[in-house]
Amino acid sequence: MSTESVATTNGKTAATAKKQGKGAKVVGWADDRLGLATVAKKNIRKIFPDHWSFMLGEIALWSFVVLLITGVFLTFWFKPSMGEIQYMGSYEQLKGVHMSEAMASTLDISFDVRGGLLMRQMHHWAAMLFIAAMLVHMARVFLTGAFRKPREVNWLIGGLLILLGIVEGFAGYSLPDDLLSGTGLRIAQGMMQATPVVGTYMSFFLFGGEFPGEIIIPRLYMIHILLVPALILALIGAHMLLLVYHKHTQWPGPGRTEENVVGFPMLPVYAAKAGGFFFIVFGMTALMGALMTINPVWKYGPYNPSQVTAGSQPDWYMGIAEGMLRIMPGWETHLWGLTLSWNVFIPGLMMPVVLLGLVLAWPFLEAWVTGDRREHHLLQRPREAPSRTAFLVAMMTLYGLLWAAGGNDVLAVLFHLNLNHITYFMRIGVFVIPVIVFFFVRRWCISLQRHDNEMLTHGYESGVINRSPEGGYSERHLPLSPDHAYRLTAGDRVKAIEESDAADANGVRGKGNTRRAKLSQALYGHDVDAPTAEEIEDGRRHLEHDLDHDDHHSADGHQYDGRHEVEGESLRGH
Amino acid sequence: MTDHHDNLPAPVDEPIANPGLPAHEPRPTDVDKVAEKRAERQVATFFFLSMACAVLFVVAYYGISLTEESGDNTTFAGLGASHVALGVTLGLALMFIGIGIIQWARKLMADVEIAEMRHPVASSAADRVETLAALNDGLEESGIARRPLVRNSLLGAVGFVGIPLIVSFTDLGPVATPTVRRNTLEKTVWKEGTRVVRDVTGTPIKVEDLEIGDLMNCEPEGLVPVHSEEDEREGVEYLEGAELQSAKAKAALILLRMEPKDQTFSERSPENWSIHGIVAYSKICTHVGCPISLNEQQSHHLLCPCHQSTFDLADGGRVVFGPAARPLPQLPLTVEDGYLVAQSDFREPVGPSYWERDSK
Ligand code: HEM
Ligand code: FES
Repeated sequence: MSTESVATTNGKTAATAKKQGKGAKVVGWADDRLGLATVAKKNIRKIFPDHWSFMLGEIALWSFVVLLITGVFLTFWFKPSMGEIQYMGSYEQLKGVHMSEAMASTLDISFDVRGGLLMRQMHHWAAMLFIAAMLVHMARVFLTGAFRKPREVNWLIGGLLILLGIVEGFAGYSLPDDLLSGTGLRIAQGMMQATPVVGTYMSFFLFGGEFPGEIIIPRLYMIHILLVPALILALIGAHMLLLVYHKHTQWPGPGRTEENVVGFPMLPVYAAKAGGFFFIVFGMTALMGALMTINPVWKYGPYNPSQVTAGSQPDWYMGIAEGMLRIMPGWETHLWGLTLSWNVFIPGLMMPVVLLGLVLAWPFLEAWVTGDRREHHLLQRPREAPSRTAFLVAMMTLYGLLWAAGGNDVLAVLFHLNLNHITYFMRIGVFVIPVIVFFFVRRWCISLQRHDNEMLTHGYESGVINRSPEGGYSERHLPLSPDHAYRLTAGDRVKAIEESDAADANGVRGKGNTRRAKLSQALYGHDVDAPTAEEIEDGRRHLEHDLDHDDHHSADGHQYDGRHEVEGESLRGH
Repeated sequence: MTDHHDNLPAPVDEPIANPGLPAHEPRPTDVDKVAEKRAERQVATFFFLSMACAVLFVVAYYGISLTEESGDNTTFAGLGASHVALGVTLGLALMFIGIGIIQWARKLMADVEIAEMRHPVASSAADRVETLAALNDGLEESGIARRPLVRNSLLGAVGFVGIPLIVSFTDLGPVATPTVRRNTLEKTVWKEGTRVVRDVTGTPIKVEDLEIGDLMNCEPEGLVPVHSEEDEREGVEYLEGAELQSAKAKAALILLRMEPKDQTFSERSPENWSIHGIVAYSKICTHVGCPISLNEQQSHHLLCPCHQSTFDLADGGRVVFGPAARPLPQLPLTVEDGYLVAQSDFREPVGPSYWERDSK
C-alpha cells in the first residue's frame, strides 16, 4: 500500500525566521522560562481523524465545562443550609411557608436573581447532556472496538467517569431540598441503611444521625462542588492525555492503516472545529435552559418527610436502579437476630456494580478469549464483531427494560395496563429478552457480514432492471468501486481460537486452554471471514464478463445509480 | 511478560490492496476568489450577529424587570420574560460564534488531509532496560531490601498513621451501638396518650370524624406547628426545624376506617388495637422509607407511590404486592377524652430494614 502520495509536509522543517516578530518574542520569553517548545512542536500540528461519532466524547467534555461555569455562578447565591426560615421572596404561592435555607435560596436564584433561573436550568440540562453523552460515547467506543489494546486504561477511566457523573448528578439534584429531591434522598438513605453489616453505621455517619437531620445538605454540597468535580477533572485530564498519547483511532479506508493516522492538524482545523463545537454546545444548553423548564422546585414545594407526590420520578439516569428496586420481589432473610434485605441489597447495590463491571471487564475478557495481544488503531464496524455487538445491544436492552420498569406506574396509566402485570412481565423479561436479543443481533451481524462478502464477490444491486430478449427480467449487478471494496475488507475480524491451537507454548494442553478455546468458538466460531483475494478476483471477472455481454457499452455502469462519481463528470461543480 | 513484538499493530489481511488516499479535490473557495470572499463575509456576519445578541442580552438584563409593579412575575408565554430574553440572546450569541468558527474551518482553512505515522505505545526495549536498571539502582542504594527492620517498621508506621486518619471521622455521626439504636431507629415520639392529629391543621380526631372508607394522613400532636402558645396542650413537646423533620420521618401515621367485619385479627394485629374499625399504621414504607399515600377504597389496600409496594390494612399491614418484605407496623389505638390516642409507641421499628433490626 502506498501513503507517500498523501504525506505532504506537516511542517517538520523549521522556517527560517528573517526578522523576529512580536509573536516570536512572546514565545521566546515563555520558552526561556517554561521550555515548552519541545512538547508543543509535536502537538501543535497533531493529526486528528474526523468522523461524526468522534464528537460524542466532545459533547461530554464541553457539557462538563458548561457545568463548571454555570455551577460556579450558582454557588454565589446558593445557601447549603437546612436551617429553617420563612420564605419571603417574590414567588407568591410559597410566601410565608417554612422551608430550609437551601430551598429558599434556590427559589431566590429562580425568581430574584436576574439570569439565575437560566443558570439553574442550564446547569440541570448540561448535567443531563453530560451523562447522556458519556453513555452514548461509551457505546460508540464499545461497538467499534476502540477499547482494544492499547486503550484499555482509558476505557476504565471512562467507566469511572460515568459512575462519578451519576453520583455528582444525584448530589446536585438533592441540594435544593425540595419535595422531589428529598424523596430521592430518602430512598437512597433507605437503601444505604439496608446494606448488610455496615448499613446502619454508614447511614448514621453520612447523615450525622437519623434521616434527614440537618447536615446532609452541607455535606452533599461539599461533595458536589469540591470532591467529585475535582475527581472528575483529574480523570478527564488523564483521559485526554492518554488520548493524545495513543493518538485517536480511525476508520479503515483508502490510505488509512494501522500504522498511520489521517486527518486534520490540531492547529488550525481541529482546534477550530472543536472550539467552535464548544460554543455550539454552550449555546444549545443556553437555549434549552431558556425555553425548556426543568426541575421546577417551586411546584413541588419544600421537603416534608411525611409527604410525597404521586408518580414521582428521579432524573432519568437513576432510572435503572429505580426499575430494579421496583421489580425485585420482597425477599428478606432473618437469621440469628440479623436482617438481610435481599430486596434492597441486590437491586440497589449489587446489580449496578455487577452490570457496569461486566461491561467494563469485556475488553479484558475479549482479549483473553481471542488471545489477542496486539495493538489496534483501526476501528471495526459493529457487524465485524457480532458477539461483541450482540452483547452490548443485549445490555442496552436490559437497560431499556429496567428503565421502563422504573416508570411502570407511568406506563400503566399511559397504556391502561395493570401495574402488577407489568411488574410480573418485567421480572421474567429482564432475564429472557436480553438473551433473545443477543442471539438475534448476532445472527443479524453475521448476515450483514455475508451481505458484505456478497457485494465484494458479486457486486451490488444497481437497481437497473434489464429485460432480456426472451422477456425475462434481471437486475444488473455492478462491481463496487475500489475504495468501497477496500473499506469493506480492511477491517480485521475477531478470530476464534481452534481447540488444536489452544496448546500453550510448551505444547501442554491445559484445562484452562481447552475451556478458552470452547468459549472462543462459542463467541466467534460463527463469524464469517472476509473473502480471499482470489474469491474477489473471481467475482470481478464474472461481473465483467456479464457486463461485456450487455448490448450497450458502458465503462463501469456507475453512472446509473447516481451514488458514484464518474470520471470526467464533475459532480462538485459550482 | 509479553513479547515486545506482540505490541506491534495487528497486520490486517487485505484481500484488496490499499488504494491509498484519494487525491485532494479543491473546494469552490479554494479556486474561486469570489466564493472565497463570499465565505469570508459569511463567517464575519456570524460573528457580528453574535455581538448583536450580546448587546441585546445587556439590554434585556437592565430593561426587563423580574417582577411587575403588582409584584407578579413578568412573564412571556408562561415563562419569565427576563429569563427567556436572557437565555435566547445568550444562546444565540454563543451559537453564532460556534457556527462562524466551524464555517471558517470548513470553507476557508486548508482541507488537505495529512497522514502522520503512529509510534508504538510501549517504550523501546532499551528504554525499558534502562528504566529497570535505574529503579534497581535506586532501590539498591536505599537498602530497602537489605534492611528489613527499617523497611518493616516504616510500613508499620505508615499503617498506624492511617488509624488516626480513619478514627478522626468517627464524629461524622453517632456510632450505631445498641443503645443509640434504641433511642433513634427503634423509637418514635408516639407514647401512651399521645393524641392523633390531622397532619395539616393539627386538630385532634374523634371516632365520628371518620366515615367507613375514610383515610386520613395524621401526625402525633407536637409535630404539627400550632399558631399561638394558647393552642399548645399541657405536657406536649412542640418540635421545630431539623428535630421536627427527623421526628416526622418516623412518626407519620395513616388512619383508615373500615367495616369491623372486614378486619382480620392476629397476634401482630390484635383486636384491641383498633376502635370501631379504625386502624392506625405507620405511613413510612418498610421498603426504603417513602411516605405511603395511595388508597384503594374497596380493598383496604394502601399503595406506596415510590415502588408500588401494597399493604393490606385490614390484615395487619400484610404485604400483598411489591418489593417490600415486611408488613407496615401498626400503632395500638384507644380513645381518651373522646379523642383518638396511642396506647404506646409502635411495638417494632418503623421504616426500612437494617442489619441489626431483629436484635433485642
Ligand atoms: C459533573 C458535574 C456536575 C453535575 C452532573 C451537576 C448536576 C447538578 C444538578 C442536577 C443540580 C440540580 C439543579 C437544580 O436545581 O435543578 C445541581 C445543583 C447545583 N450545582 Fe451542580 N453539577 C455538576 C457540577 C457542579 C460544579 C462544578 C459546581 C460548582 C462549582 C456545581 C454547583 C451547583 C450548585 C451550587 C447547585 C445548587 C443550586 C440549585 O440547585 O439551584 N455543580 N448540580
Ligand atoms: S419505598 Fe415504598 S415501595 Fe419502595
